[in-house]
Amino acid sequence: MAEEERAEGGAWYRVYVLTWLWLLVITVLEIGVVLAGLPRGLLVALLVVLALLKASLIAAYFMHLRYERLNLVFVVVVPLVLVVLLFAGVARDALNVFLLRP
Amino acid sequence: MSEAMQVSRRQGSTTSAWGGGESPFGVSWTKLMMWLFLLSDAFTFAALLTGYGAVRLTAGTWPRQADFFNITAVVGPMTFILICSSATMAMAVAAARRGAWGAAARFLWLTILGGLLFLGMQAFEWTSFIREGARLTGFVGHRAGDLPAMFPATFFVTTGFHGGHVTSGVLYLLVKAVQAGRGRASAESIEVAGLYWHFVDLVWVFIFTLLYLV
Repeated sequence: MAEEERAEGGAWYRVYVLTWLWLLVITVLEIGVVLAGLPRGLLVALLVVLALLKASLIAAYFMHLRYERLNLVFVVVVPLVLVVLLFAGVARDALNVFLLRP
Repeated sequence: MSEAMQVSRRQGSTTSAWGGGESPFGVSWTKLMMWLFLLSDAFTFAALLTGYGAVRLTAGTWPRQADFFNITAVVGPMTFILICSSATMAMAVAAARRGAWGAAARFLWLTILGGLLFLGMQAFEWTSFIREGARLTGFVGHRAGDLPAMFPATFFVTTGFHGGHVTSGVLYLLVKAVQAGRGRASAESIEVAGLYWHFVDLVWVFIFTLLYLV
């Protein structure tokens, strides 16, 4: 916490208020993007990027991950690569069925 | 103190962080264990969402979510409430760290209020979805047969799992709020409870995006 205050400066709650505001802005953007009626592929890609952005903001500032040692950050972030493997493993089968459909 | 630690201290810890006698993560064990639990929980939700993606791709047709859920009037505000409760939780942690226990308790109660509001809206949403004929194993009534059974199945399982997390989070925070009000909680324990609560918010980001918006 002490590090955090030195890093950010200003009032002690400034970083939380800023994170909160950004999360709200991105949420509004997400709903706006859906209502805008973009092409399907672009819409999904945009939504996933925005969701990852929100998740990173929450982890970095609300969960203080940005102020933890790099050791801990790696312990938390590196295993998430396995999620990509999980997606890849399942996607092959699911896409097969999807593409076979007329 | 063990001999290894004494030696390490005498030598001024010139060895690497992994050499023993040090805390490589620089956090208490409670915080480290909470992070590891959250990591395992992240995999649980990743599996649920991956399964959802797979059945949705293979289902052929998928209903428009907006036909069943009110994104702007119910789901959007639910997201808003959860983000706000995450912010008040962060404030509670910061207040506890500064020794302002009155403020910490107040922010914890606000966070609990947010959690309860979220659960209330989710109950409302489940009720209206069930009235439409949705069940865990598919639709009943006039919609039966028209729509993929996996639409309500994945919805109930995923949001139910998340709602269960919110419910246990509310109970967890109730304990912490009472303790904080009496000055009987440590700032560290509030922070660990906060990690759990923020994680529930983090998971909702993906559920909101993948189940409702995509």
